[in-house]
Amino acid sequence: METGIARFAEGMTIFAVMCAGIFPLIHVGRPWLDAYLTPYPNQHSLWVNFTSPLLWDVFAVSTYFTVSFIFWYVGLIPDFATLRDKAVTKIKKVVYSVLSLGWRHSNRHWQHYEMVYLILAGFATPLVLSVHTIVSFDFAVSIVPGWHTTIFPPYFVAGAVFSGFAMVQNVLIVVRKIFNYEHIITLDTLEKMNKIMLLTGSLVGYAYAMEFFIAWYSGSPIELFTFVNRAFGDYAWAYWIMISCNLLLPQLFWFKKLRRTIPVMFIISIFVNVGMWFERFVIIVTSLSRDFLPSSWAYYKPTIVDFGMLIGSFGLFFTLVLLFTKFMPVVSIAEVKAVIKGAQPSHHEDK
Amino acid sequence: MDNKKIYAVTGLFDTPDEIIHATKKVSSAGYKQYDVNTPYPVHGMNIAMKLKHSKLGYFALAFGLSGTAIALLFMYWVTAIDYPLVIGGKPFFSLPALIPVTFELTVLLASIGTVVTMLFLFFRLPNNAHPLHDTNYMKKVSEDKYGICIEAKDKLFDAGKVRDLLISLNAKEISEVYYDEDYLKSNFKVYTPQFMGFLLIVFIVVSSAIYYYNNKMLYKPPYNWMMEQDRVNPQSKSSFFADGFGMRQPVEGTVSRGHLPYLYAGQPEEAGAKLVNPVSVTKENLALGQKKFLTFCSPCHGNFAKGDGRLNNLFPVPPSLHSDKVRTWTDGRIFHVITEGQNLMPSYATQVTPEERWAIVLYVRALQRALNAKEEDLK
Repeated sequence: METGIARFAEGMTIFAVMCAGIFPLIHVGRPWLDAYLTPYPNQHSLWVNFTSPLLWDVFAVSTYFTVSFIFWYVGLIPDFATLRDKAVTKIKKVVYSVLSLGWRHSNRHWQHYEMVYLILAGFATPLVLSVHTIVSFDFAVSIVPGWHTTIFPPYFVAGAVFSGFAMVQNVLIVVRKIFNYEHIITLDTLEKMNKIMLLTGSLVGYAYAMEFFIAWYSGSPIELFTFVNRAFGDYAWAYWIMISCNLLLPQLFWFKKLRRTIPVMFIISIFVNVGMWFERFVIIVTSLSRDFLPSSWAYYKPTIVDFGMLIGSFGLFFTLVLLFTKFMPVVSIAEVKAVIKGAQPSHHEDK
Repeated sequence: MDNKKIYAVTGLFDTPDEIIHATKKVSSAGYKQYDVNTPYPVHGMNIAMKLKHSKLGYFALAFGLSGTAIALLFMYWVTAIDYPLVIGGKPFFSLPALIPVTFELTVLLASIGTVVTMLFLFFRLPNNAHPLHDTNYMKKVSEDKYGICIEAKDKLFDAGKVRDLLISLNAKEISEVYYDEDYLKSNFKVYTPQFMGFLLIVFIVVSSAIYYYNNKMLYKPPYNWMMEQDRVNPQSKSSFFADGFGMRQPVEGTVSRGHLPYLYAGQPEEAGAKLVNPVSVTKENLALGQKKFLTFCSPCHGNFAKGDGRLNNLFPVPPSLHSDKVRTWTDGRIFHVITEGQNLMPSYATQVTPEERWAIVLYVRALQRALNAKEEDLK
């Protein structure tokens, strides 16, 4: 019953995009001038550069956030209406009435609603591909060795699915336990998620291998140096953490017994999150520590500000997740009702 | 609750099969103004209610295409017309690089447009004052019952007959829903003093916050750290370099952009003999010469080069340019004076480009001819 996890995954997408969106704004260096990223008529008669991947990123991330949010909210409307009708306090009643927009579960509405939900799902899917492709363009369109590769878009998409599933798995296992949702978020669902993690983890591992092959096959000594340096240079420790967490550990999911054991999948999904964090670390830090200017060659030492931003983003993400689980239906009520046995007419003539 | 009017008669059913059956019966009995309320979309209901296929797909297409068109037209105008920049030697309007933003705007407009159309145009939401709200019926269909609601505005509506029909269909909890016209009329209005006052307060609070943020907060630590960090301004001194200058001298032998060496420095006669005016007599060049003459020369030489400029008594007066001496000079000789200066006149080489100097020479020639016209000029 995959409807059980869709709502939660959408919510986590939105919170993750909110955290992700903060970083480019900080990295601009002058966060009070972030408005300059948007094309608006101004006194300087300047326009943004529409051919720059950094600007594509602005559009991709903001569109992704907006459409994900709309998709999520449209899905929540009928559930808010149900909460409104079950509310016991005045405040809850008012808040959920406003949020439900006065939804009446009318079948004259459901008919359009289902169509729009289908359309939005159709938009959201290519949008997922586009946003991760464009994020990878931020690297791939530059000329820094280790970034300038055509494999980046599919590699980033696979990595995003991989780490996204791991994160959802991680949080869902806890939520499912605390709220006693074992009958809604079933072990079969979790097993399917593990299978997808096994697939995408292996895809990511394939991408790591192909990067090495391309570096060698390109005949460019600089590319080759970059990748040898990644695996055996100053940052070899980070590289091998990445390989073991992302490629090796998920291989345990080949065993059905392990795939269906909650503690095992919980621990592996934590390690996958760690591994995907190290993937970004490896990509960014190793390439920048040995770029074309020898004057910028150095060993990266994170400052307290770096740690502050990392911890702050964790804090923001989990605060939003907890608020979500506290005040909103973490499982889609209407969708789960619709797929329960006997929920549909026995001889329906639809289709 | 004096003005109670009947809105509808409602009935509840326990299973999806029952509601489909009941809907078909109600529909075939000729009722048009009725609705079926279920906690989730029940398959086959569209056919039972004889609903037409949803047209929202066309709205999505239209909004999506307008997103594509807006994105492409706007980016064409920006990159090719209003603000053309050469980037990587590509054409100003380079389509492949514009595809990502076009795609994003297509999806964005299609999504927002379709959802807004559905919620606000099709459904007339938000509406929390519908007669069905807060009824037992709504509470039941919100949870696990399937309800049918035959509205009073239907032509065939008759409370007794509808009740009989629902009883014959085995509906449970059949009940009338009433509404109070006065209550619906007295509903939330935008133009009340309270709401306007609320809007005003929101406006004042938001705009003060933005003003404070942009004009006060950003100039206080720590927000001003980046603006006020140590730096070297142009022309300022710096203790960093041994010579104390903040700015560096260009490397020896540096040639500035567009620089041409002047071959006749200190050789006025040589310049007069060898330099030829490369600028032809055209309206544009004369206009350019006039503009530059009025800007740079007229303060001393006067608007007509008679030596009666606006600085008349504040600075030694230059001789008239209509003297026989200057009139017999070649163009190159005048060019040399502008370039190098003469007596009290400084060099204008840094302010006026060579082309502009030649244009000034043309204009001076025109002035000379105007004040000393020959017979043939009058024809």
